[in-house]
Amino acid sequence: MSDPSKEWPLWEVFVRGKGGLSHHHVGSVHAADAKMALEHARDTYTRRMEGVSLWVLPSAQIVSSDPGDAGPLFEPAEDKVYRHPTFYKIPDGITHI
Amino acid sequence: MYTTDMSGKKNAEAITEDPALIAAFEARVANDEFIEPKDWMPEAYRKTLVRQMSQHAHSEIVGMLPEGNWISRAPNLRRKAILLAKVQDEGGHGLYLYAAAETLGTSRDEMTEALLSGKAKYSTIFNYPTLTWADIGAIGWLVDGAAIMNQVPLQRTSYGPYARAMVRICKEESFHQRQGYEIMMHLAAGTPEQKRMAQDALNRWWWPSLMMFGPPDDKSPNTAQSMRWRIKRDTNDELRQKFVDITVPQAEAIGLTVPDPALKWNEERGAYDFGEVDWEEFAAVVRGEGPVAKERLQARQKAWDEGAWVREAARVHAEKRAAAKLAAE
Repeated sequence: MSDPSKEWPLWEVFVRGKGGLSHHHVGSVHAADAKMALEHARDTYTRRMEGVSLWVLPSAQIVSSDPGDAGPLFEPAEDKVYRHPTFYKIPDGITHI
Repeated sequence: MYTTDMSGKKNAEAITEDPALIAAFEARVANDEFIEPKDWMPEAYRKTLVRQMSQHAHSEIVGMLPEGNWISRAPNLRRKAILLAKVQDEGGHGLYLYAAAETLGTSRDEMTEALLSGKAKYSTIFNYPTLTWADIGAIGWLVDGAAIMNQVPLQRTSYGPYARAMVRICKEESFHQRQGYEIMMHLAAGTPEQKRMAQDALNRWWWPSLMMFGPPDDKSPNTAQSMRWRIKRDTNDELRQKFVDITVPQAEAIGLTVPDPALKWNEERGAYDFGEVDWEEFAAVVRGEGPVAKERLQARQKAWDEGAWVREAARVHAEKRAAAKLAAE
């Protein structure tokens, strides 16, 4: 039977599509170490020039919020519509604002 | 993959699921929302997805075998480079899908072992042999064509990681079908012998391609549940009909004949009527009685066994280096 501790660890892969854009999460790879993770990321996610730069990091290192807490976590922003420019009524004729 | 712990214990099925959670889940899915790895989901949904996604991944990996068979015998360098790139894509597709399935808490090694033990299935189509170069054309055109038909709706499947993997796969799959059709086009316009080869390949791959859509709707017990959960978006028969309607004119355009005497345009339906698939043959291939089923699994087992020392050595080497680095700090 497979022993999870003997499987190559998982790495999350982020690709920068082109200069000026930030890295985006595209998926994951299994690899024994960081160098191999980069090589596998290259072969798996950039076979068609999808990127100019790669990030890989051990999946176990990601800290994520709990979807069950999404309500209390994001709710405080809900009643603060005044953070959006459309909240303010500016008369017609006033331009460049 | 999103940091799913795969060593942890799985939810025992004996646990009764909270009806309120189930209702909330069903409502989200009915509302076309995406379900993400850490969201609550019914165990049956998780199990169905692991089964479908791992089966899909295995099909991509086993699918490399019939075509890999022809890489060293491609008729010229252009065809060889293209076939090599296609087979590499299939490997990539398998990896996207394994990674997406792993987010549900089943490791890639577990899935591989399920394949090797015969517990997990893969598409029946890959248990047919590739006898001539024209088969490579027929596979790209028909098998990848049928796969695209199945996969396009899955880009909107309810499980987020699966849907995202399908978006990548669909983007890449179109080249596979076009290169296959191009091979058939050239053969069909070549010498009489070449045209015979193309027709022979179409004759042998047509019916197995129609089987790729699965059993008829009235004999597909999982379809209703999977459609309700938005894991599946169209029925088997709907997709099969669509495939026939699209493919028949493509065959006619290059002077090839679809091997079905019952095939006839139905003006009223605006679709082709076509003959009955041999479901006995389909059932036999599903049972593992396909012409080259044994060879396929043997090839996978051999690769798995012979790669074991490589996986082990790389892991131990990395552990040793990490320990040495830690000691030096």
